[in-house]
Amino acid sequence: MNNEACNCKQRFADVNDLRPLQQILDRYREEKGALIPLLQDAQEAYGYLDEKIMRALARGAGYQLSQVYGVATFYTQFRLEPIGEHLIRVCHGTACHVAGAELISEEISNILGIKDGQTTEDMRFTLESVMCVGACSLSPIMIVDEDTHGKLKPANVRKVLKRYMADGEGEEAEA
Amino acid sequence: MEQIRLTIDGKEVVTTSDRTILEAAREAGVRVPSLCYEERMDPYGACRICLVEVEGARGLLPACYTKVTDGMVVRTVTEDLLRIRRTILELILSDHPKDCMTCESAGDCELQDLAYEYGVKDTPYKGEEHHYDTLADNPLIERDYDKCILCGRCIRICREVQGVGVYDFVNRGFEAVPGIPYNKPMTESPCEFCGQCVSTCPTGAIVSIPSKGKGRSWQVEKVRTTCPYCGCGCQLDLHVREGRIIEVSSAVMTGPGEGNLCVKGRYGYEFVHHPDRLSQPLVRKGGELVPATWEEALGAVANRIRKAMDDKGPDSVAFLASARCTNEENYLLQKLARAVVGTNNVDHCARLCHASTVAGLAMSFGSGAMTNSIEDLEKADCILVTGSNTTEGHPIIGLRIKRAVMKNGCRLIVAEPRHIRLCYYAQQWIRQRPGTDVALFNAMMNVILSEGLADEDFIRERTEGFEEFRKTVEQYTPERAAEICGVDAEEIRRAARTYATAERAAIVFAMGITQHTTGVDNVLTLANLAMLTGNLGKEGAGVNPLRGQNNVQGACDMGALPNVFPGYQAVSDAGVREKFERAWGADYLSGNPGLTVTEIMDAAFKGDVDVLYIMGENPMISDPDISHLKEALEKVDFLVVQDIFLTETAAFADVVLPSASFAEKEGTFTNTDRRVQRVRKAVEPPGEAREDSWIIAQVASRLGSDMGEVSPAKVMEEIASLTPSYGGISYARLEREGELRWPCPDAEHPGTPILHVGKFTRGKGLFKPVEYRPPAEEPDDEYPLVLTTGRLLTHYHTGTMTRRVEALNQLVPSNRVWISPADAERYGVADGEEVGLQSRRGAIRLEAKVTRKVAEGVVFVPFHFGESPANALTNPALDPVAKIPELKVAAVRLVTGEAMQGLRYVTAGEAPVAAR
Repeated sequence: MNNEACNCKQRFADVNDLRPLQQILDRYREEKGALIPLLQDAQEAYGYLDEKIMRALARGAGYQLSQVYGVATFYTQFRLEPIGEHLIRVCHGTACHVAGAELISEEISNILGIKDGQTTEDMRFTLESVMCVGACSLSPIMIVDEDTHGKLKPANVRKVLKRYMADGEGEEAEA
Repeated sequence: MEQIRLTIDGKEVVTTSDRTILEAAREAGVRVPSLCYEERMDPYGACRICLVEVEGARGLLPACYTKVTDGMVVRTVTEDLLRIRRTILELILSDHPKDCMTCESAGDCELQDLAYEYGVKDTPYKGEEHHYDTLADNPLIERDYDKCILCGRCIRICREVQGVGVYDFVNRGFEAVPGIPYNKPMTESPCEFCGQCVSTCPTGAIVSIPSKGKGRSWQVEKVRTTCPYCGCGCQLDLHVREGRIIEVSSAVMTGPGEGNLCVKGRYGYEFVHHPDRLSQPLVRKGGELVPATWEEALGAVANRIRKAMDDKGPDSVAFLASARCTNEENYLLQKLARAVVGTNNVDHCARLCHASTVAGLAMSFGSGAMTNSIEDLEKADCILVTGSNTTEGHPIIGLRIKRAVMKNGCRLIVAEPRHIRLCYYAQQWIRQRPGTDVALFNAMMNVILSEGLADEDFIRERTEGFEEFRKTVEQYTPERAAEICGVDAEEIRRAARTYATAERAAIVFAMGITQHTTGVDNVLTLANLAMLTGNLGKEGAGVNPLRGQNNVQGACDMGALPNVFPGYQAVSDAGVREKFERAWGADYLSGNPGLTVTEIMDAAFKGDVDVLYIMGENPMISDPDISHLKEALEKVDFLVVQDIFLTETAAFADVVLPSASFAEKEGTFTNTDRRVQRVRKAVEPPGEAREDSWIIAQVASRLGSDMGEVSPAKVMEEIASLTPSYGGISYARLEREGELRWPCPDAEHPGTPILHVGKFTRGKGLFKPVEYRPPAEEPDDEYPLVLTTGRLLTHYHTGTMTRRVEALNQLVPSNRVWISPADAERYGVADGEEVGLQSRRGAIRLEAKVTRKVAEGVVFVPFHFGESPANALTNPALDPVAKIPELKVAAVRLVTGEAMQGLRYVTAGEAPVAAR
């Protein structure tokens, strides 16, 4: 896999670099009970909650690791594994569900060979089901990274994904 | 607290406003079912089985969570409630194996009991069930999540009571379990293996591995006794089946531990049935210890004592009593020494732990014991812990300190060269250089005086010697102390303010304060600090030395000391001697104080001790400079060792007398807060081993002295009649009341939880000015590192018992020297590498543990391990007053690589082999 070609990797800090976490900890220094925002910000900074980050966060914010881990595993929004370069979120809210969100997810699974919550082996794509994203008029919807793709049909999914398979090489691999 | 009247099931109940419905109901004898509730923790309200009807309330209320109010009308049994409870049980059983036949907890399972009571046999809710793998990733605790009912008790006891937090609910919904982060094995989690989670689990989801399959609750007899390890004095229930102890528990809310135990108390019992136990007397013949009859062994002992008495006089005989044995046995041994042999040469290992406390506090207050009680620590607003690794040395007292901090907002100051677990809970950690305590505390008092924080009323009304003391303390500015102690002056100021401004401030200390050539000075300084701030004679305050062994307080109380009879009555006092002469029917009792442990060994080295009689002590591991000690023991003409194992010391004996362990005899122990509690017989001693009291009486009778009936109850009567502070203590009362704290002068007296209330034992508290003196041995070019020694949580003292417990030995199989990362780099030592450690007295070989917990320039070695004994290195230099050796500071050097070949390593013996 050609890492240099992709900018996405730089979206996130290296989990061995604790400086971003330190900034987050400092931000919430005075606040009590800010564990969830701490975890959210840490995830935003690092892309996922690596064990190193979790331990440093627990130590820095005065929690036991078990407390932090308990909260992180309770909420589906927190990821303990690294995500791929592109995060695909498929809406499964009521409107999207009625409009066939199941079929969209299935099609993505077929194309990429991963299930909900998984990441492709080449670390390119991560698939997640989410609850209503608030754009029901466009249902069914999937959001890839920051881009929203609405009024999807299973047949269009491959075309949309193709755009994210960098330099087209992914397309051949999948074809 | 307000008084509350309410009605529960038609019954008028009077209680207080802090109670919940569940507590009020149980007090009134109404049993409300519960699953997630346990007295040691805060109510949680998760299981809903305790729902009750309250008139006027909207909906049903959880009894465990709802506080009582005046006029409340509660019903705990209605048709609705029974139906709901049945449904809750059916829902639980929908995902719970029905394998009570093979379940370890059958008969001791709260779910089983409720299913039985409510007649719930099966569940109508058929759905998916969990099938988890059983987790046995460590030697002690097994988890089977199939049986978990998600009550959260394991999570909460670990977090709220133990303050550790190994578990939390992991995942959500159907997948939720009380898990360990990243599914790590327990050995890689912060787990302390106290087994508190096992003790509170209402089902068989968490069980103890060593007792698995050995018997269930209805097959065992439970015998209530007192823990044989540290001085906390926790109450144990020994579970006995077919003459063997198969498990240990502690009844909830009972004794000083309130049902909490540590890893040693709960799992350290297997030594009782170890095949190495001495089961017959041994006599040395042709250089070898060979089995002999009691007749032969006792005859030999008596003959040699008689001969020494005749040849050189009674003072050529010396006795070491035992902080491990009961009060009654120690009393009898000192009586044997004083009344039968006629010498005051009787001492014990208190000399090596708290001799400086006894001497120091006796000078300051008139009484050398813990001033307050264990539970009292929770009432403190500030606790200063110094020279005590409380969570490892006295784990259950550690729980009280943690709870004071976590629940009551107590401010904790730790003054300690090593980073200990309490540092995680502390508001402030001062890392002073080992041996600089006097300077540190003098400087704190300097700040208190200069900032006007002293309690002047207390000083004026209750103390003396203040002016002279003030002059000394004025010399110790924080800046000067900072230099000596290697800490920041501002840190000293901050600690002084925290301590002095607290309404109630307690001082907790142990061997880190006492085991110095300045031990007495250290203790006096702490006493001064408490007096300066008026922190004596009241709740939540005091000067609290933590006694290291189960009965070290008792052995001192019983006069197993060379200068005092039982109850600290001086041998030099003719009136006292006359009283004991009359009571013991002795013609003459010596008024010359005898030799201390350290002096006995020196005298032995010089060939002045003909007979040394050691009961239940193992100086070959516990005493400083064991190379010297070994020579001393070899020079003793006749060495008698009375013990439960052939210890490293017993290996030198001429006669070995096999004795009964704590589980095999009746008696009493006095714990660290002066609490006298019963020891009860649960099993028979192995082979021909006998109680120490029987052995002592046999020796006495062979020396022509009849001790009469030596049953423990009878001996306690004699103790009470001669020891004013034990005057009101009897077996009948202990049976009835469970515990009594001395002073308890008469049968009506309730005992004394707090000393020096209103008046010090000596009248006025005495300020003794103390100047800083450096340790006897300081690091130099040749020996550049400071060695400090101590205990580990998992092992106990000389390891004679704990190292024969398989699981404990698996957790910590061998010794390691703790080295700071900076020193490790300097000497090129990797974690886990074998190194040599050498002092002017000897060298040992052991693994290195690289850890930030020790400061640069300091190394730490636990002293439990005979194959690499810390005491081969330690300095036998003595405190001039208390004669306690400086076990906490010695200069050493680290030897690595090829140079290790050139060292001669000292060992005290082989590592014992644990076996079931």
